[in-house]
Order: sequence, then C-alpha cells, then structure tokens
Amino acid sequence: MKINKNILVPNLLTYTILTVAAVTLVFPFLWMISGAFKDALEVVKMPPQLLPNRFTFENFIEIKKYFPIEKFFINSVIVSTITTILQLLFCSMAAFVFAKFQFRGREVLFMLYLITLMIPKQVTLVPLFIVFSKLRLADTFLGLILPDIFSAFGTFLLRQHMLTIPDSFLEAAYIDGASYLKVFTKIILPLSKPAMATLGIFAFMYSWNSFLWPLIIVNSKELMTLPLGLSKLTGRWATEWNILMAGNTVSFIPIFIVYIFAQKYFIKGLTLGGNKG
Amino acid sequence: MVGDKKGKKLLVIGAFLLPSLLSMALFNLLPILISAVVSLTDWDMLGKPKFVGLLNYINVFTEEKSYIAIFNIFKFLIGYIPLVLGLGLLFATLLNRNIKGAKVFRGMFFIPVITSWVAVSIIWKWLLNGNTGIINYVLSLVGVQGPVWLSDFFWAMPAIIMASVWKDVGFVTIILLSGLADISNDYYEAAKIDGANTINQFFKITLPLLTPTIYFILVISLINCFQLFDQVMVMTGGGPAGSTSTMVEQIFKNAFKNYRMGFAAAQSWILFSIIFIITLVMNKLQKRWVNYEDK
Repeated sequence: MKINKNILVPNLLTYTILTVAAVTLVFPFLWMISGAFKDALEVVKMPPQLLPNRFTFENFIEIKKYFPIEKFFINSVIVSTITTILQLLFCSMAAFVFAKFQFRGREVLFMLYLITLMIPKQVTLVPLFIVFSKLRLADTFLGLILPDIFSAFGTFLLRQHMLTIPDSFLEAAYIDGASYLKVFTKIILPLSKPAMATLGIFAFMYSWNSFLWPLIIVNSKELMTLPLGLSKLTGRWATEWNILMAGNTVSFIPIFIVYIFAQKYFIKGLTLGGNKG
Repeated sequence: MVGDKKGKKLLVIGAFLLPSLLSMALFNLLPILISAVVSLTDWDMLGKPKFVGLLNYINVFTEEKSYIAIFNIFKFLIGYIPLVLGLGLLFATLLNRNIKGAKVFRGMFFIPVITSWVAVSIIWKWLLNGNTGIINYVLSLVGVQGPVWLSDFFWAMPAIIMASVWKDVGFVTIILLSGLADISNDYYEAAKIDGANTINQFFKITLPLLTPTIYFILVISLINCFQLFDQVMVMTGGGPAGSTSTMVEQIFKNAFKNYRMGFAAAQSWILFSIIFIITLVMNKLQKRWVNYEDK
C-alpha cells in the first residue's frame, strides 16, 4: 500500500500539471483551425463554439483571390532549407576549432563571436540593407539567405557540446595518422549528432519564422515568404478573424506536418545524448 | 618538422574558420562600422549625410521616449524571465521522469515554438480581443470583466508577456531537457543508495548540475528581452500611448518611418552598450553560482 501511494500521488500530480500545460499550449491552434472554417457571423458569435455549425471553405477561396499563398510556401521551404544546411556546416566547423584547438587568441576570437550575438539583429538592419543594395542583392533569394548562413549562437551551442567529447578520442585518432578533416567528419560530427539535430531544428525554425529581414529586403510578391505574406494579410483584413485564421492555418499545417517528421529525429537525438551520459 | 606541423595546423584552423569569419566580416562587422559612421551624421537616406558629431547621442539621452522604452523592457523582463524559466524548469523536470506519454507532451509543448511570431500574434490578437476574444469570455464565466488587453494602457504589456511566455516556454523546456539528459544516472543511483528523496535529489544534484544550462538560457533570454520587437510590432505597434514601446521598435520607426537614420543608429549603439554591460555583469557573477564540474 505504502509503495503504491508513493508512486501514484506524484504521478497523478505530474500528469495533471502536464495536461493543463499541454491544453493551454495547444488550444489556441485548435481555435485557429476551427475559426478558419467558420463564416463571418459565426466566428464572432457568443458564447463561442469549438466546432462550426456549418463548415465553409469560402475563407480560403477569398484569400487566394489576392495572395498566392502556395507560392509563399514554396519560397519559405527553399530559403529555410538552404539556410539550415549552410548554417549547420559553418557552425560545426567553427565550433570544432573553438572546442578542440589550442592557439593564441582563441578566447579573444571566440569572445568576439559571442559579442556579435549580443548585437541586436535590428542594430545592423539598416546598414546591412545598405550593404546588400550595393551588392545588388536586394529583392533576391540570395539576399534572403546570406545573412543567416552562420550564427554565433549555433557555434556556442555546438562548442559546448563538443567540449564534452574527450580529447583522448581525438589524440588516439591523430596518433593513428588521421587527418584533421577525418577527425572532424568521423569523430566530432557523429558524436555531436544530438546538438546538431537541436541546432538544425532551431536554424530551420528561425529562418521559417523570420519576418523583419524579409520585410526589408523583399519587394516583389514572387519572393515573399509565409510570415511576410501573412503580415500583408492583416493589412487587408484587420478584424475578419475567419479569413485571418484561414491564412494562419495554411501557413501552420505544412510546417506542423514537417515538424511531426523532424520531431522524431529530434527526440532520437536527445535520447542518444541521454544514453551517452 | 615541428614547425611544419604547426604551420599545417594554423592552415587547418584558418580553413575551418573561413566561412564564419567571412560571414562575420560582411554581415556583422561591416554593417557595424557603417552604423557607427552613420550615427555621427544627420541623414534621411536620400540626400548627403551631414556630420553632426555626438548630437544624435545627446538627443537620445534627452528624449523622454528613450526612458519609456527602457522602463517598458524592464516591465517585460520582470514578468517574462521568472515565468518562462520557472515553468520551463517545472515542465522539464516532470517530462524527465520517464513517465508514459512524455514524448507526446514534449511534442505538444513545442508547437508554439515552431510557429512564426506573425501567426502567433494574429492568433493572440483574436484571443485577447475585448469583445470577441475567448480569454475575456472565459473570464466572464467566473464573473470577471476582462480588459481590452492590447488597447489598455496597463494591460497591454502583461498581455504581451503572456503571449511571449506561451510561445517560448517549450523552447526553454527542451533546452533544459537536453541539459538534464547530460546528467549521468550514476549520481541518482548513488543518491538512492544514500536514501535521498526526490526533492533532495532535485536541489542537491539536478539543480547544481543544470546551472550551466540555466545560465545559457538566462543570457539568451535577457538579450532577447532587450531585442523585443516582433510581437510588439504585430500586436500593438508600441501602443497604446507608448506603453509597449520598446527600444528596437523605436529604432525601426525612426529608421524606416521617420528616416532619421543617424538618430536610429545612435539609439542602436546605446542599446548595444546596455546589453553588453548586462552580459559582462552576468559573466562576472556566473562564477558564484554556475557549476562547471565534470558531469
């Protein structure tokens, strides 16, 4: 009896807290999706109803009249994918150096990298726009991608992880005559998988959610990403929640599906890290 | 032979750092230099920049708006940081207990994080709407007349804090979970043999060994607080009556709406100095509480 009580009570409490949290975090999305299928009258009806009485697809047709939302989606996929791959590559290369090489000025250089982390993106926004205009990169895909191909945050994250890889692993490989490149690709990268997965997810999300930079660098509708396109939506339909939620849903469902697949890899990465410990 | 090896090593270091150094130089340092020069000028982006010395900086310090923005940032972080870190710690600890369904919970917690701030802001604008918002409807069920959140001078900032904690708590939880995963099970086995209970284990093992992760989250969150922009821009535009106006929001408006490029650049530099000082202080203080022992 006593043992049962000891296990049951904390478990019940755990489940209660986690369930309340999960419902709070997920409900707004259910509300958004349900709102996307309501008509203009039902969406503001009080008391509110979770499911619409009459499902309507009109909101989606209304949006497509003015906004090529499928084009925004493709643009977001292209920009985010390229950004993520490059960022993983360049950050892991830098992190390797800062974690596993001894040389003069290493700490100063790493501090310099971290200082840029403290500079708000918005501080360099205007001059960055000037630089990109001069390089004729304004209103191009390259202009959208380039500023985020490297991140000090990612380097910091990977370096912290690489510090936990024992130096003896590397020394053994060097004695066996392995090159730096080989040590990087055969030891450092495989052992950094959990951290790489974490950074990959964050880099993709960051790029996918990026709003301010696209807003400044992109002019033509052909190059707009989803957040930018969505923000234009609010300009047209200020408080027509059914139409706004339809737009939100279109942007949410695809990334949500991607997330379900990516999450498996993400959790796998985390459990790998757990087993290692 | 030794010198040759050393030369090769330096070459390798250079090659591995090249992409990041180039990116830093072109997209960080160069814009910073330009920004520094522009901050000493009066420039509307069209005409020729006029050198004015430190006038822009003096003007930033004499403008009342600047102090309102700093005050607003502190309003935000006093609510945001304890909430997001406290809840994140709670959820991460519970999720780490190997309960059934932990993966499902973890998956749900992360949904707000994967969604763009634009989409989240639009959803929250609706949830917080004075008349048709579901939050005020729920409040009315328990007999409370909810405010018009985002249009209310006092409640606009708490509303933005609420939305921000809601969006970010999953991120903080996942980072803390990865920190927890790095803690060796041996510690807990040893503690169990010694007869330590769960609460003791949390304060004597988990929390001390988690301090590097917590420090990391604190630094990132604090910097993010000072960079507060997206949600403010979409949800309130800095209003009502400047009650959610932030430093970055003012920089953005001065640069792209009022075309006071020099003034905006000076504001950026002052913002950077504030963030820099706070980070330095945190770095100094970390030795007192962050535990860097081998895990």
